[in-house]
Amino acid sequence: MENHQVVIIGAGPGGYRAAFMAADLGLQVTLIDPQANPGGVCLYRGCIPTKALLHLAKVKEEALKAGTWGMEFKEPKIDREKVKQWKESVVSKLTGGLGQLTKARKINYVQGWASFIDSGTLEIKGIGQKAEGKNQEEEISNKIEFEQVIVATGAVPIKLPFIKEFTDRIMNAEIALELKSIPKRLLILGGGYIGMESATIYKALGSEVSLVEALPNIMYTMDQELVGIYMKANKELFAETWFGTRVTAMEEEDGKVVVTLEEVKDDGVEKVKNGKIVKNGKNGKSVKKEFDAVLVSVGMRPNTAGLELEKAGVEVDQRGFIKTDEQGRTNVKNIFAIGDVSGGMLLAHKASYQGRIAAEVIAGQKSVFDARAIPAVVYTSPEIAVAGLSELECQEKNIPYRTVKFPWSANGRAIAMGEPVGLTKLIIEEGTERILGAGIVGSNAGDLISEAVLGIEMAARASDLALTIHPHPTVSETLMGAAELYYGHPVDMAPPRKKS
Amino acid sequence: MKQEIKLPEIADNVVSGFLARILVKVGDVIEKDQSIIEIETDKAATDIPSPIGGKIVDIKVNTGDEVRVGQTIMMVETGENVKDVKNVKNGENVKNVKNGENLNDSPALTSLTSLTSLNTSPPLTALNISPSLNVLVPASPTVRRLARELGLDISRVKGTGPGGRISDDDIKVHAKEVIQSPKTAEFAGYAEVPDFSRWGPVEMQPMSRIRTITAESTVSSWQTIPQVVQFSKADITEIEKFRLESKAVVEKAGGKLTMTAILLKLSAMALKQFPKFNASVDMKNKQVIYKNYINIGIAVDTEQGLLVPVVQEVDKKSLTQLSVELNGIAERARNRKLTSEEMQGGNFTISNLGGIGGTSFTPIVYPNQVAILGVSKSAMEPVFRDGAFVPRNMLPLSLSYDHRLIDGADGARFMVWMCRVLEQPFLTWL
Repeated sequence: MENHQVVIIGAGPGGYRAAFMAADLGLQVTLIDPQANPGGVCLYRGCIPTKALLHLAKVKEEALKAGTWGMEFKEPKIDREKVKQWKESVVSKLTGGLGQLTKARKINYVQGWASFIDSGTLEIKGIGQKAEGKNQEEEISNKIEFEQVIVATGAVPIKLPFIKEFTDRIMNAEIALELKSIPKRLLILGGGYIGMESATIYKALGSEVSLVEALPNIMYTMDQELVGIYMKANKELFAETWFGTRVTAMEEEDGKVVVTLEEVKDDGVEKVKNGKIVKNGKNGKSVKKEFDAVLVSVGMRPNTAGLELEKAGVEVDQRGFIKTDEQGRTNVKNIFAIGDVSGGMLLAHKASYQGRIAAEVIAGQKSVFDARAIPAVVYTSPEIAVAGLSELECQEKNIPYRTVKFPWSANGRAIAMGEPVGLTKLIIEEGTERILGAGIVGSNAGDLISEAVLGIEMAARASDLALTIHPHPTVSETLMGAAELYYGHPVDMAPPRKKS
Repeated sequence: MKQEIKLPEIADNVVSGFLARILVKVGDVIEKDQSIIEIETDKAATDIPSPIGGKIVDIKVNTGDEVRVGQTIMMVETGENVKDVKNVKNGENVKNVKNGENLNDSPALTSLTSLTSLNTSPPLTALNISPSLNVLVPASPTVRRLARELGLDISRVKGTGPGGRISDDDIKVHAKEVIQSPKTAEFAGYAEVPDFSRWGPVEMQPMSRIRTITAESTVSSWQTIPQVVQFSKADITEIEKFRLESKAVVEKAGGKLTMTAILLKLSAMALKQFPKFNASVDMKNKQVIYKNYINIGIAVDTEQGLLVPVVQEVDKKSLTQLSVELNGIAERARNRKLTSEEMQGGNFTISNLGGIGGTSFTPIVYPNQVAILGVSKSAMEPVFRDGAFVPRNMLPLSLSYDHRLIDGADGARFMVWMCRVLEQPFLTWL
């Protein structure tokens, strides 16, 4: 049996990062993935294609807005096929590039699927096209021995019990990205970030979008103040919304989808969320609605089917995510798991960082996942980005803090861009004046948040941010402005009234 | 209202302890001053009382953990308001801590206490880090990595930057301190051990506090002291007779006249005769420190491990007084009632394994001392004397000494002197 030093199962952002790092550290790496090139869901059917489409949505929005400022464009004509091609060209450019980087690193890339036989052996099935050497495809099914393995198989969308399988009408996010049609009336199930980004895309493409969400608001686990500002700027996004409502049945009839919506009954339990008591006063009424398509984005589950983890003795948690320590190591010493399959926040950049750590650990370095801030971004319009501790977390952890908020209506660039809706807030530890967390809602918030992330990682204090020169005019000045607010002397705002 | 219970100050200069037992469990309703954990520190065990009453909702530590003064050990649900929490946080626990030792002063630790979780897996423990613990230590990712690579627990590093921010230099200063301090527990420069479970079933047990201290001090001694061992045998036929005859007198006074007591007395005399053996070596300042007092440590074998209580001013005490004192010390050692003060300040040590057996051994010099006398089991032996073999009671002695200060000739002289006075104690009168 062939012996492999490091085998990585799954070539998404976590898997290929781990593979590249391990190879750069001098290890022999085998990377297994069903796709012809690395990239995973993120590049093929997730982050990247959505961003390509969201960019189009943004262009349309700006063009429409320009009309009110004296530069009118004609109503955009959407060529679905062409949009699709453009999106696919973005994807293939990036994944092709990754394929070349894989070859350049002499990584043994196997297109196929892996399953455990025991804690030292894998069975690999699939198309035996190797990144190096022969180029012809051949069926392979062989057993290999490994010294170390990193499981990076990601997560897949949750299917609700009444959905047999996802179709062109009852879609998951991946199918929705294929742009097979632009439904006239689209219902989105779940107001998380995938639901919100998909809503933005389909609205721009011309669909009439509605939303059903079991919780009382969209993006309910995020800072609700930021979400509130987003909502104010997006009053027209949805045709209809149903909060505190579940879908209990779904039927495909004559090219239509009939959905049964049921209000979540008042169970009499008061729930505390974001510091507020939520009392559900609904009475469980149910109603039937008709749509042309439905997008189900109610959550993700670990993609472990077919891996046969139990044969290797790898422990998973109640929800099926692989349990690991801060180095990514599972209960089996030579088996690591990173990214979505190991739970926590399901984010590509977190997976990538974990991939790097796991590779370093395998190479004998004393690495550990000790990030203080994992940024999370919702690429809607405006974008919402958070990093570090939230106010709620500070309260839970009993950390004395003060929040400072800088509204974008006081920022020159935001007004000049016609984006006055926005807020930059910093959470600062009282006493040390350290920046513990940040939240931004506004145009390109996702790019802006990085400065706060660096600040948190570097243990910067509010004064460090306040004393750093920021280019004018940019929206990045709102971060400096928020930090200056902590000391009571912002440039672009009236000084806060002194408490008597 | 949830409140934290932190480990209060236990004794002077004690910054951490070894958690021997948890006396309560989650869900228990405890009263103020009720004992909640048992901490082993510096060879003494202490029950820690709760500063507050309430219901225990979380226990943040495990048996076997090293717990620092100021570290959160439990969370207790109480009915009191926020103000009281602040009092507990900044109250007496903090005030008593000495300057420089005030761990709660560092912003790192105050913020870190609320996040304590010490459940780390073996490979992580080997790195001397528990990441969840370090979440709020003010240091950049590069500095954190440096600490990890040096095997240092960054939460113990004092940051000199604004807001207690830790720099590379702070890490290096701390590393130097750790390397130079005799207590190297924190320094994880130890090699990884192989995975023995590959060859058969194994069981992991945390080292007790006593075991750890013994391990660290013997390593420190072994690495810094070039040790020479001098063997000899003393004829104790006459002194053994004297011992048996005088036993009753000492017993009346409440003591037990043992060979250890006699050796203690004679060693004190020997140290006066050979002051180098009562000295310490200070390589840093290239000087020898001669001590004008004679304190001698006695190695005591207890269930918990080796303890070395020190008998003060041995030269000023009679044999009867010493016998009584030794009796008390041994008993307190076995009942774990010795204070850390009672185990400090020795100049020389006696380790008597005669009660167990063996012909000779090579004892290890105690750190910051220069010699140790090892005693094995005495036996009747034929000794060639005046043209014939005669049966004599012979006591094997092993003297380990620090060659940095004591040369072979000195060692031999000391040993010969000891043997002669054991044969003829009256010589000490001369």
